[in-house]
Formats: sequence, C-alpha cells, structure tokens
Amino acid sequence: MVSNEAPVLDVSNLKKHFSIGKGIFHKSNEKVYAVDGVSFSIPKGQTLGLVGESGCGKSTLARAVIRLVEPTSGEVRIMGRNILELSKSEMRDCRRQAQIIFQDPFSSLNPRMTAGDIVAEPLIVHNIGSRIQRLERVAELFDLVGLRAAQLSSLPHQFSGGQRQRIGIARALALGPQLIIGDEPVSALDVSIQAQVINLMMDLQEKKQLSYLFIAHDLAVVEHISHRVAVMYLGRIVEHSDKNSLFSRPQHPYTEALLSAVPVPNPKLKRHRRLVQGDVPSPINPPAGCHFHTRCPYLTEQCRVDVPPLIEVEQGHWVACHLRSPKLN
Amino acid sequence: MEKLINEFSNHIHVSNLAEAAVLEVENLKTYFFVKQGVVKAVDDFSFSLKSGDKLAIVGESGCGKSMTALSVLRLVPNPPGRIVSGSIKLDGKDLLQMSESEMRNIRGNRISMIFQEPMTSLNPVLSIAQQIGEALILHQKLSDKDAFDRSVELLKLVKIPEPLRRAREYPHQLSGGMRQRVMTAMALACNPQVLLADEPTTALDVTIQAQILDLIMELQDRLGTAVVLITHDLGVVAETSERVIVMYGGKKVEEANVNDIFAMPLHPYTQGLLAAVPKLTTLSGKESYSKRLQEIPGIVPALVNLPDACTFAPRCAFATDICRHEYPPYTNISSSHKVACWHVAKVC
Repeated sequence: MVSNEAPVLDVSNLKKHFSIGKGIFHKSNEKVYAVDGVSFSIPKGQTLGLVGESGCGKSTLARAVIRLVEPTSGEVRIMGRNILELSKSEMRDCRRQAQIIFQDPFSSLNPRMTAGDIVAEPLIVHNIGSRIQRLERVAELFDLVGLRAAQLSSLPHQFSGGQRQRIGIARALALGPQLIIGDEPVSALDVSIQAQVINLMMDLQEKKQLSYLFIAHDLAVVEHISHRVAVMYLGRIVEHSDKNSLFSRPQHPYTEALLSAVPVPNPKLKRHRRLVQGDVPSPINPPAGCHFHTRCPYLTEQCRVDVPPLIEVEQGHWVACHLRSPKLN
Repeated sequence: MEKLINEFSNHIHVSNLAEAAVLEVENLKTYFFVKQGVVKAVDDFSFSLKSGDKLAIVGESGCGKSMTALSVLRLVPNPPGRIVSGSIKLDGKDLLQMSESEMRNIRGNRISMIFQEPMTSLNPVLSIAQQIGEALILHQKLSDKDAFDRSVELLKLVKIPEPLRRAREYPHQLSGGMRQRVMTAMALACNPQVLLADEPTTALDVTIQAQILDLIMELQDRLGTAVVLITHDLGVVAETSERVIVMYGGKKVEEANVNDIFAMPLHPYTQGLLAAVPKLTTLSGKESYSKRLQEIPGIVPALVNLPDACTFAPRCAFATDICRHEYPPYTNISSSHKVACWHVAKVC
C-alpha cells in the first residue's frame, strides 16, 4: 500500500485463540482459532471492508483491534502506537482514537438513558469539557448525524432502527476519533434506511477524513463503501485487494463462490453459478492446510497439507491460494 | 427416492389439469386491536396463485408480509389480531369459513410454511425424524415406522448427507443451513399445494442461502408446488420468482411480472427501493465507483391508526393533496402489471 503517512491502523499477525475448557477440573486443550494470523493496514481517510460468513472471526477481529477482547499475539498499531503494550489507563486514552459502532441498534444503546446522555457519555468518561461545553458538543453531533435537537431527551425506544444507528454513530464520533470500526453497522436495517446510514457514513468520512474498518456480510454494501476489501475465512484473510480488482477479478475460489452466491437484483441476468457445497467447518480444529479445502472445487493434494501463504499476484492484490502461487503457473 | 418423486408428480398432475387458481386471497384485512388503536397489518390485500406459480411478496420490516402468510394459515395471534374481512379460497373453498379442526387438516398438509428462524422454529427435544414424521402420522395416518422411513427419504430429497444418521439427531446437532433443509423437508412432507416461505434464507450466509434457494426452486419445479416467497431482498426476488407483489404499510402497492418490476417499476416506493440497493458491479464488467445511494427519506410508518390515504405519501417526492386524503385505486398498466398510485402518469 502506497501512502506517505503512517497508516491509521496497522495490524500484523494478529491472533486470538479462545481455549474452551470442559468441566471444572479437566481443562481441555481445544481452542477456537477465531483470528489466526491476520495482517492489514488502513491509511487515513480510507475504508477497509471486511467480508466473510458468520463464524469466520470478523467480529472477534474488530474487537481485538481495540482490545475489547485481549489478542493472543501479534501487533496492532493505531496511529503508529502499538496498543498491545499499553496499560489499561493508556489504553483508555488510546480509545479516543478508535471507536466502534455495533450491529444491533436495539441492544447497543442503554434503554434507560436519553439519546443526549448516550452521546455525552464518552465525553464524561474521558473527562472532556464542562457540562455546558458537552451539551454544545452533543447538539453539534446530533446535527452532524441528522438527528433533531428536540430528540436529545428522547429514550432509545422512541427512535426507529435507522435513527438508533445514527445515535450509535454520534456516540462513536463524540471523541473525534481517527478510526471507526463498524461491526455490521447496517445489517439490521431495512434497505431504504440502510442507504441513509451508508450515505451518512460516507459523508462523514469525507468531512472528517475518517478511516473505517467496515465489517459486513453483504458484498454489495462492502463494494459500495470500501476502498480496499479483505475476505476472511475461518480466522484467516484469504484475499485482500483494492475493491475494483477484487470484485472484477476475484482470485481465491472462496471469493469467487461468495460473489457467485450473491443474489443480483436483475432478473434478466442469467449467470452460471459456481456454488460451494456444504457448510463452514467448525473453527475448533479447523481443517489442516488451506481451511477452504473441504469445500473447494479446485482441491489439490497440496491444499490438504500446506497452509497457502498470502502472495501478491497483482499490484496490491493479495491472495492465499496454492493455485495462484507462482510455482504452479 | 424416484418412487417418492413419482408419487409427488402424480398428485400434482391431477391439480394441473384444472388451470384454476389454487389459492385465491381476496380483500384480506387483518387488523390488530391494541391500546393505541387499530393496526391495519394487512389491508385489502388480494392475490391469486396457480399451481406451480412462483410469487414473491417483497417489502420492508413491518409492512405486513409475514402477517399475510400467517393470515392464510389462520395463525394470526388472537387477541389482539383478527382477520376482519375478506376471503381465502383454497381450491374454491373459503378457509375463513372452516372450523378449527378442518383448518388443522389444511395446515402442513395442503398449505405449509417455512419459517425464517431455523434456530427457533424446530423443537429442541424432538429428533429430526419425529418432527418431520409428525405431519405424516397426523395427516397421512402413517405408522411410526413408515413415518420414520419417509422422513429419511425426505431428508435425502433435501440433500442432507447421511440422512439415516441425521434423522436420529436433534436440532442442536445441525448447522443453520441444515436446519433450514429440515424445515423444507417438513414443509414438503405431505406434498402441499401451496408453500409459504417466510424469509427462508434471511438468517443464513450467502453461500448457504444460495444452496437453500436453489433447493426450494428445484423441488418446486419437480413437484409443481405453488410457492409464495416472502422476502425483503430484491436480489432473491429477481433470481427466484416469476411474479412480484410489493407491499408497503399493509397494502399492495404494485404487482407485476419479475422482469417488469425491475425494468419498469411504477410505484415511487418500488423505484426508491430498487435505487437504494447497492449493486455488485462485478458481473456487469464495469469498474465500480462510489456514488451516493439514493435514499428514501423518512422512516417506515407505524401502522397504528393510519389515515385512509396513500401510506407512502409522507416519504414520496410526488405526493400531492389527493395522496394525503385518499388511497389510490389500482391502475392496470397491462394484464399483469398494476399499481396503486395517483400519479402513475407523472412517475413513469
């Protein structure tokens, strides 16, 4: 990735393994490899879209990046600072730079707090400004995300899903962060409302030069909002590229299958679908070698044994597949 | 397996001879009487279905899609809900006039339903075979043993690997996609004339969604069942249906063949909905570029005490006084395309 500035977010070889103990006395050694050696970086003002099916580790990755779950190993740099070395209070400070928007606008807002209080809370936690200044800031944020000042004292249940997501966005913006992590921020919304929120996020990015890590399972949404896209499968990134290259020339069989499976709103388009069979395997004891080999139509012997490395096949287009490795071509 | 399909086909053949509508819903009104007033969940809704039809009902949450399906099966929670008027005719016989025991004979037998949540709509303490077999024992009076064998055959039909083992397992042992296959097998157990699929793939991942939709469509082609697919996903509509009804605020706002809906949407809501969906550019071969998505301003209305006016008027760019005071009549654009809008001429 070519950029003069240090990237806002730089993740290298990040791992998060959960051990699952069975019973009280016999700890089992089984682990869930939720995130297993993931690297990427996001420059200022850009969006990285992260796609993958449920259970592939997207949300764990989002949380590990700001230490809402403690990563097992690896490195996460936000604005150049390795946050995994920070103490708890330093980390809290660092969170001013990186905020998260959650998927479910119905459960991520405290039902007993007013919308104004919810948006003001980060300011109180970080001890910013006087009461009056905070009120002004909240009013400004409400305006920014398209909520009316009259709604400041309304409770979350009085808002619609789209409006609640706006409150979530206002809360995330309160501290003036550089990086916003959106964990499926539009998945729970209706189509017409989804468009409003996507537009809002893109406008805000332009205004404030925000960087987004945008997680979604809807490929069309990701294509629309992202600059670069990473495809995750069972804890690993299998393809990573700028979006034009990824969507027009997918290199990994999994990406190909994902794209092929998306229903397209055009009845005249008759496509040859390349469907994958079966389900995503369990991330506990994932398949050896390439994780995708159990469902891959192009399976070779090597795939069962060796983990394919992420290789740059075109300028800025990385893919982890033995078929694309130079040896074979 | 082949025997099973032949049996299905024979059954279908008979109903194919009469080209009449299998299911005819006319002026259905399902209202909920709540403290705040009357919620018109389904308001003056009509459609008809021939055998083998693929109809999609599309709309956003709260527009009354699911209530339409539940009304057809007379499963509307009462109180507070009630089917106020209208008729639902299955082979010419009005379901609304039937007794509860006659109705039980219809549900899961001649009309069946696939629900959205494969995680919660299966009984966790019954084995898969018991759940599929229940309808067979009840409606077709099979013995336990025959019902089990048939269940295994049905699991094979919906392409579940190792059906014999799976038949003895419990829902928690299956993945989401597998559970939805089981739901499909249950729904098809008594080879129904009408299959209502309420967001059958919404809770699933895209690769699994594609598998399930392909399965439903393939089985429908083979068995000739009429399918009503309820969904919010226009992509799913385009790929699976022949006819589309767009619902908004409990009412049918537009009905057309699938090609017409996408090529020539006439209702401002349909147009807005189509424009609001981000599209994958991959397949068109064009390089993608980000432009603003078209928004539909405002929010989906609450259906409590709606005035007798066009429900979309508050969000519509074309709205005038008449829209706010009177519900528009249906304009027939062609024999298969109708729309409820005062300003059809202006809109297209």
